Amino acid sequence: MTLPSGKSIFYVVASLAGLFVSQSVFAALPEPWQIGMQPAAGSIAEKATSLHNLLLVIITAISVFVLALLVYVCLRFRAKSNPVASKTSHNVVIEVLWTVVPVLILVVIAVPSFRLLYYLDQTKDTDMVIKVTGNQWYWNYEYPDEQISFDSYMIDEADLTEDQIRLLSVDNEMIVPAGSRIKLLITGNDVMHSFFVPSLAVQTYSIAGRINEAWIDVPEEPKAYYGQCNQICGVNHAYMPIVVRALPQDEYDAWLASAKQEFAL
Amino acid sequence: MSEVAHSADHAHGAPQGFVRRWLYSTNHKDIGTMYIIFSIIAAFIGGGFSVFMRMELMEPGVQYMSDGHMWNVFTTAHGLIMVFFVVMPGLIGGFGNWFVPIMIGAPDMAFPRMNNISFWLLPPSFILLLMSAAVDGGAGVGWTIYPPLSNKLGTPGMSMDLAIFSLHLAGVSSILGAANFITTIFNMRTPGMTLHKMPLFAWAMLITAFLLLLAVPVLAGAITMLLTDRNFGTTFFVPEGGGDPILFLHLFWFFGHPEVYIMILPAFGIVSHIISTFAKKPIFGYLGMVYAMVAIGFVGFIVWAHHMYTVGLDVDTRAYFTAATMVIAVPTGVKIFSWIATMWGGSMTFRVPMLWAIGFIFLFTVGGVTGVVLANAGLDVVLHNTYYVIAHFHYVLSLGAVYGLFAGFYYWFSKMTGYEYSEGLAKLHFWVTFIGVNLTFFPMHFLGLAGMPRRYIDYPDAFAGWNYVASIGSYISAAGAIIFLIVIAEAFISRRKAAANPYGEGATTLEWQVSSPPPYHTFDDLPKVK
Repeated sequence: MTLPSGKSIFYVVASLAGLFVSQSVFAALPEPWQIGMQPAAGSIAEKATSLHNLLLVIITAISVFVLALLVYVCLRFRAKSNPVASKTSHNVVIEVLWTVVPVLILVVIAVPSFRLLYYLDQTKDTDMVIKVTGNQWYWNYEYPDEQISFDSYMIDEADLTEDQIRLLSVDNEMIVPAGSRIKLLITGNDVMHSFFVPSLAVQTYSIAGRINEAWIDVPEEPKAYYGQCNQICGVNHAYMPIVVRALPQDEYDAWLASAKQEFAL
Repeated sequence: MSEVAHSADHAHGAPQGFVRRWLYSTNHKDIGTMYIIFSIIAAFIGGGFSVFMRMELMEPGVQYMSDGHMWNVFTTAHGLIMVFFVVMPGLIGGFGNWFVPIMIGAPDMAFPRMNNISFWLLPPSFILLLMSAAVDGGAGVGWTIYPPLSNKLGTPGMSMDLAIFSLHLAGVSSILGAANFITTIFNMRTPGMTLHKMPLFAWAMLITAFLLLLAVPVLAGAITMLLTDRNFGTTFFVPEGGGDPILFLHLFWFFGHPEVYIMILPAFGIVSHIISTFAKKPIFGYLGMVYAMVAIGFVGFIVWAHHMYTVGLDVDTRAYFTAATMVIAVPTGVKIFSWIATMWGGSMTFRVPMLWAIGFIFLFTVGGVTGVVLANAGLDVVLHNTYYVIAHFHYVLSLGAVYGLFAGFYYWFSKMTGYEYSEGLAKLHFWVTFIGVNLTFFPMHFLGLAGMPRRYIDYPDAFAGWNYVASIGSYISAAGAIIFLIVIAEAFISRRKAAANPYGEGATTLEWQVSSPPPYHTFDDLPKVK
C-alpha cells in the first residue's frame, strides 16, 4: 500500500517472469526451493545465521563421519571378508575419547551460542517501542509514544492485488523507520500466538496476562519483512501473517502523520 | 470357573476359547501379542491421518479439508495416536511384555492381572480419543494441548474433555505397566542374572519404566487441572483468575520431554541386541551402554524448558536449559559409537532386522545432530515451531522409534509366531520405507530453515516445491506399510516353521534357547545363568 508505483511495476514484471528471487531485493520472504535460512536482516539475524552456519558444518561433518564408519564397517567386516568375529568388547582409550571429544565440540558450540542468547536479551538499547497484541486471528500494533493503534489483517485471496502475496500480505503493515532498533512488547488477548519474523530473527509467544519483551534490529535499506503466526491458535492459525515494513525516515514521518489521523488511540 | 483355570494351569497349555484366552489373559506373551496387534491397528489409523494431511499439503491452497480447524483436529489426533497408541504400546507393552520376562528368566510378569488391565485400558482410551476427534467439531489443539486454546475459551465443546479422559486412561495404563516392569525386573531375575549381566533390552525397559513412573503422573495432574479449569471454575491456567498458561507448559514438558526418551530407549535396547546378534560379537562397552541410558534418562528430566525458549523465560534460565540439553548429546554419542564398535571386527550378515538397526543408527544420528542445533536458545527463535522441528522429531521418532519397532518386529517375528517371514519381501519393505520416509522428512529441514510454521493447513506458494516432494515421500511410505501387511500375511499363509535360534552363535539371550514360539509358560525350571 505504501509502495512507490515504480516498485509495483517491478513486482508485476518480476512475478510475470517468474523471477521471484528478484523480490528479495525489496522483501524478505521465503523463496521456491529454498534450502537455507532467509537472508539475515540486522545484527541479531546475522549472529543467528553465523551460528547456524557453524553448526551446519559441525553436524554435517558428524553425520558424514558416522555414515563413513558405517559404510566401512559394513564392507570390511561382512561375513565374507571377515569370517571369524573378534571377541573385543572393551577399549578404555577409545571410550574415553568418544566421550571427551563430543564434550569439546559442545564447548566450541556453546561460546557463540551464549553470546547470541545474551545479545537477544539487550532490549534496553532501543530507539522506540511497539506493542504487539495477538488476537484470534489478527495482530494489533500499538505505538505508545505516538498514541496510535491499529489492527493488521491478512488480505483475502480474492482481494489480492498483483503486488501482494497470498497468505503473507496484510492490510495495515507494521511500519518502522529503517535503520532503527525497536523494542517489541508482545502480549495476547485470547489464546496463545507467536510473533515470528524469520529474517529479523524474532520470535516470541503472545500470551494473555503476560508481556514479553523482544527487540529487532531493522537494517538501513527500505524493505518489507514477512512473517507468520507460529503457535497453533485455532481455525485461522495459518491466516494471520505479519509484515514489518522499514521506510526511510522521511517516508516514515509522512506515514506517521497520516496514521495519527487514522489510527489515533 | 476358578477350578477350570486352575486345571488349565496344570496342563501348561493356553486356555481354550477366545474370551478366556484373550479377554481374561494373564499371560505376558498373549498380552504382548495383543499390544502389538493394537499398535499395528493404531499405526494404520494414525499413519492414515498423516497421509491425508500430506495430501492436503501437497499443493498450496485448501483441497480436501473443510477448514483450518479440521486440519488442527487431524494434527492433534495424529500426534496423540502415534505417541500413546502406536510407539508406546508397541515397544513397551508389546516387546517389553513379550521379552523382558524371558530374557531375565522369569516365568511371567510380577503382576499378571495388573498386566491384563494395563492392556485393556488402552482400547477404551483409544475409543475416547477417536471420539474426541469426532464430537463437537473435534479437539484442534495440537498434541501439546496448550491452554488457553485447550481451555473453555479455545475449545468450548466436550471434545477436549474426551481427549483428557483418554489421556487419563492411557496414563493409568502406562503407570501400571511401569510398576509391573520395575517389580518384575527387580524381583524375578533367575539365579545368576545380576543387574550387570542383564540384557540391554531389559535395562532399557527398566529405565523406561522409571521414566514413566515419574513423568506420567505429572501429565495426569496437569490435564486434571485443565479438566477442572474447563468444568469446575478453577483458574490454574487462566490469567484473569490469577492462573498462568505457562504453568501448564512447564508441567506438560516435564512429562513431555522424558516421554520422548520413553519412546526411544526401548528402541536403543532392541538395536543393541540386533547389532550384537548379526555381528556375532558381544556388545562393545556394555557398562557404558547401560549407564549412557541411565544418564539419558536422568538428564531427560532436567531439560524440559528447551521446548519453551520463546515463551518469555528469563535469559539465565534459557542459558541453563541450553547447556543441559547439549549434555544429552554426550551419552547419545557414546551409544552410537558403541554400536559401531560392536560391529567393528565382527562377522556381519545383513538380514532384515540388521538393515533396520543400521538404518536406525544413521537416521537417529541425523535426527540427533539437528537436536544439537535446536538446543541453542538463541538460534531457536528462528527455528522454534518451524518444520525444522518437525523434521528433527520425525527423524528421531518416525525414523528412530518406528525403525526400532520394525527392527524388533522382524528380529522376533519367528520367535513370537513360530513362522519365518519372506526375506525378500521384508527387504523390499525396508527399502521402500527407507526411501519414503527420507523423502518425506528430509525436505522439511529446508522448509523449516526458510521459516514455514507447523500446524498450517495452507502455506505461502514459495513453500510448494518441497511440500510436493514430502507428500510424494509419504505416499511411498504408505506403500511400504502395505508391503508390511503383505509380509505378515505371506508368512502366515506359507507357514515356514522357524527354528528355536535362526541366527546362530550371535544370538545369546535366553529367548533363543526356548522353542519358537515359546511354550505357554516359558520356563518349567528356571534357567541357570553362569
